Formats: sequence, C-alpha cells, structure tokens
Amino acid sequence: MINIPATIRISLRALRVNKMRSALTMLGIIIGVSAVITMLAVGTGARQRIGEQMASIGSNLLMVLPGSTTSGGVRMGAGTQPTLSTGDAEAIQKECLSVMYVAPVLSGVAQVIYGNQNWSTGITGTTTNMLQVRDWPLSAGRPFTDEEMRSASKVCLLGQTVVDNLFGGINPIGQIIRIKNVPFTVVGVLDAKGQDPGGHDQDDTVYVPVTTAQKKLFGTAFPGMVRIIMVKAKSADDLASAEKEITELLRQRHHIGQKQDDDFTVRNLTQMMQAAEQSTKVMTLLLGAIASVSLLVGGIGIMNIMLVSVTERTREIGIRMAIGAKTWDIRLQFIVEALTLSMIGGVVGIIIGISSSEVVSMLFGWPTVISPVSIFLSFGFSGFVGIFFGFYPAYKASLLDPIEALRYE
Amino acid sequence: MALIETQNINKIYSLGDVEVNALKNVSLSIEKGEFIAIMGPSGSGKSTFMNVLGCLDKPTSGIYLLEGIDVARMNRDELAAIRNKKLGFVFQGFNLLSRTSAMENVELPMLYDGLPAGERKEKVMAALAVVGLAGREDHHPNQLSGGQQQRVAIARALVNNAPIILADEPTGNLDTKTSIEIMELFVRLNGESHITIILVTHEKDIAEFSRRRIFFRDGVVVSDELSGKT
Repeated sequence: MINIPATIRISLRALRVNKMRSALTMLGIIIGVSAVITMLAVGTGARQRIGEQMASIGSNLLMVLPGSTTSGGVRMGAGTQPTLSTGDAEAIQKECLSVMYVAPVLSGVAQVIYGNQNWSTGITGTTTNMLQVRDWPLSAGRPFTDEEMRSASKVCLLGQTVVDNLFGGINPIGQIIRIKNVPFTVVGVLDAKGQDPGGHDQDDTVYVPVTTAQKKLFGTAFPGMVRIIMVKAKSADDLASAEKEITELLRQRHHIGQKQDDDFTVRNLTQMMQAAEQSTKVMTLLLGAIASVSLLVGGIGIMNIMLVSVTERTREIGIRMAIGAKTWDIRLQFIVEALTLSMIGGVVGIIIGISSSEVVSMLFGWPTVISPVSIFLSFGFSGFVGIFFGFYPAYKASLLDPIEALRYE
Repeated sequence: MALIETQNINKIYSLGDVEVNALKNVSLSIEKGEFIAIMGPSGSGKSTFMNVLGCLDKPTSGIYLLEGIDVARMNRDELAAIRNKKLGFVFQGFNLLSRTSAMENVELPMLYDGLPAGERKEKVMAALAVVGLAGREDHHPNQLSGGQQQRVAIARALVNNAPIILADEPTGNLDTKTSIEIMELFVRLNGESHITIILVTHEKDIAEFSRRRIFFRDGVVVSDELSGKT
C-alpha cells in the first residue's frame, strides 16, 4: 500500500533540500502561467471594450454615404460628392420595409459661444429620429418637435462635453447659445455616451434640426442636401435586406442606369463592429496560444530538471529502495515533486499575471479583464503539465536497479 | 527452523558473450542471533551473496528461505517490503541522505512502512539513544564524524526492529579506533537484542568480532568455521 501523506512529506523535503533548483524550475511555469493570464486579460479586455462601444453607437445601424466609389474608372472615396438629400431619407423611411428609423445628417464644425465661454465642436443637423437610431436618450429637456423641424427653428440639443465646457454648473435648458453667431435655444441635453470605437468623444456634439443646419448654418450645393443618412434596421436579421432595399430605392431615385455605378455607398456599421469583435477574439486566442507555448516550454523545463534530478539522485533512490521504497513510492515521490513545483509555480504565476495585467492597463491604458476561467484554466493546465512531464522522470527513477543505484558515484 | 537458509544458490551474470558464475551452489543455514563475518578476496562472490541475502538481487537458481518463506521468486515490491521489515542495511559509505537531518534519515524506513508521526518520533529517539547519538537528531551528516554517520546508519537499520542487519564493509571508511567502537556496537546489539548480524569484511581483525566466519573463493564457500570466541 502506498502511503500518500508520507510520499508528499518525502517530496516536499526533497524540494526543500534543493531550494535554488526548485525555484529555477518553477520560473518556467511562473512565466508561462502569468503570460497566459496577462494575454487573456488583455484580449478579453479589448473584446469587452469593443462590445461596449458597439452598444454605444447603437445597434443594427446602416450608414448611407454620398459620392461614387468608382467614377469613370477612377475610384473615389465615399462621401466625395454630395448626392443625398432629405428627400432620400424620407423615401427610405417610407418605402423600405426592413427599416425602422432614418435620420439624415448634415454636419460641420463650428464655434459655440455661451456668455464669455466658447467651444469648438461638431454641429450635427439631424431629425428627432437620430435619438432612436443611436439609442441615445436625453438626460434633460425634450427633443425637437415636428413644428421646429418644419420651420427650421433655432433650437439645439447639447452633448455632455459641450455642456461641461460651456455651462459649468448652470442648467443649460432654456439658455441661448450662439453657433456661428446665430442664436440657438437649448431645449435638451444628451445623455453621456463616452468614446466611439475610433476613440472620439461622442458627447462633444451639438444637435440642431437638419433644416436649420441646411438653411442657417452650412451652405448646401442644392436644397435639402445632407451628408449622411443614418438608418436603423428593424433587427439584426433585417440588415442585409435593408441594405438591398435602400440600394434599389436610391438607384431608382437617382436615375442610375443598369451599367452605371452607384453614386452612394451603404455601409453596415454593425457588421463592421462585429468583424472588429471577431478579430479581437482571434487575437485573444492567438495571444493565449502563444502564451500556452511558453507554459509548455515551462513544463519541458520541469521534465528536464526532473531528469537531471533523477540522475543526480541515483544514489538517494538506491538508498530509498534498499530500505523499502516500492516502485510507486519512488514514482509518486518524483511526480509529487514535479506537481508541487508546477502548482506553486502556477499560483505564483497567477499572482504575477494578475498584477502584470494591472500594470499593462495602467501603463498603456488598455482595459484588461481577468476571467476566472483563465485562472482555473492555467492553474489546471500547470497541474497537468506537472503530472505529464513528471511522469517520465519518475518512471525512469522507479526502474533503477537498487544495487547499481547504490554504487553510483 | 533456521532464520536464513539458502539451497544451491547460483548467480550468473551475462557480460556480453561471457557468462560469469558469481555464486555456485551456495547452501548455507544461519540461525537467529548469529554474528557472521563473510570473507574472501574481491571477486570471490561475497558481495553478490550479500546482495542476494539483502533481497537486492535475485539468485539465478536455488532457494532462499527467509524465516521459512521463499523470497527468491518474489517481485520487486514484495522484496522492497521484506527489506523494509526484515532487513537493516549498513554500508561502507554510510549512504545517508545528505542535507537531511539524522532524525529524518532514521525516520525514512518508517515513512515507507506508514507509521504515524508520533510513533515514528519515539522510535527514532530510541534508536539514536541505542547507538549513542541521543541529542544529535537535528545534525546533518556533514556535521557528523564518520563514526557518528555510521551510527546514524545503524540506527536507521535498527528502527524498524528488523531481525537481521547486513553490514557491507561497515568499517571500510573508518579509522581503527572508530572501527573498534562500531564493531563493539554491533557486538552489543547482537548480545543484548539478539539481532542477527552478517557483515562482509576483508580485514581479519574486524572479522575477529564475529563468532562464525564464512570464506568465499570463486563463488564457492571454501570454509565455514566457528571461532573459539563466544
């Protein structure tokens, strides 16, 4: 019968006797485990941030940009030619069945003044639908009314950043601000949303009715011109059909012949975000895989040291055999030694991994998320590595001939 | 019934194409409480015989009865258990675990026997007291003299109450004075505790301590004599 507590005691004693070697052997596992944890933390953090940003720009979004992607063989950037109008936006809302909300956008940058404060920010001329398209509630005040939209009233909604910069502690509702020297009444404040996937502050904006933007703030090449049309599909499954419906409708409205290229581009924002999320997922896996290789190398390090240890301790093994150690006593001793090394290495590695992911997020500002799964996974894996790579040296030790082993110098 | 009985033991080593007949039809009987010196020139087979007696090696043919049980055909683990319970080993080079205290060295056989910690400690202390090393349980081998190290080894051989101690040139690494002390310890253990002691030596004055001398030459027992000393 094998005495497990005694074997553990024997193994721990042997490890204590060779402190330096034990520590060096653990180093491989420590590096491996901490690498796995840090890499997974960075990857998971990146994924989570993209997920949050996806939610912040709104779901099931399509963006219609003017301008041709190809014109007479020369490829043009999207948005280079003004071809979209408020009429297009209204038609999309009316005709396309897969579409829930449509919001035309005419934007520009302008200086905003309140009292003796001024702030340069993006002015977005749009409709009330924009709030639904972007899933963006108001934190105070009210949205534009239909009457204000029709009559191109000088009213505006402010983003939180603009409020902070212009008003300080004052309640902005009902105040008059000047945009390009045109006075506007603040009717509402947009809820704080944070950064978009590109790192831009989404709260640094002022919403005005699109009609007002067209007539009073920005000149237009033709009446009713808009820069972008934002579209929210009814559901994620409707995105593809919405894209098709919009393309067909606009080709018809813009009188584009069969062989001509579109003079607009429909972009599926949600799909782009999903692609970005997918690529971070792949990156996480890749980082994890690379880190696992170092864990594997750490395991091979354990095997290497254990093999050296078996050779070096041949005489000790001989003595143990002579005084009654059985095959499995010897095997377990070396397996438990390897397991102890890898488990202690695992625990230390987890601690170092957690602290280094903290350091990474502090130094580089990357969000890191330490998942319990990655901790269990790397701890379990290091235990497995200990048993797996400890077994061969242990097996070798147990097969020694006691007489030969006792004679070994 | 004899404590140890060997019948026609042969041991043949194959070294490549050459076969070496290290033991040829060795038949011996050893009673409980005997003090035996096995002598002979190197290559005479005395060490091979000790290895067979110590259950470290199996004879190629023949019967080895230890307390009436045939151990010649046992497997590795069964032999390990026999070594643990029935045999104590004392080696020329002491063979203590280095960087391990005297206490832990003596404790080792009991760890493999699965004795509880309290009992182990008690027995270690008793065994160290018997060999005259009480109070030195925390010393490591490199802090002990050769004679003291050999005493630790003897304590280790005693601790499991084995009826037989096998000593292979136990005084080979010791000076004359210490050798005599160690031999006197063996004599005392043999006289007081009736432990059967079998030692291999090539020194005549060491063999003088025994009561029976067995000479080997070329794998054969050439003489087996009782000394006048009692």
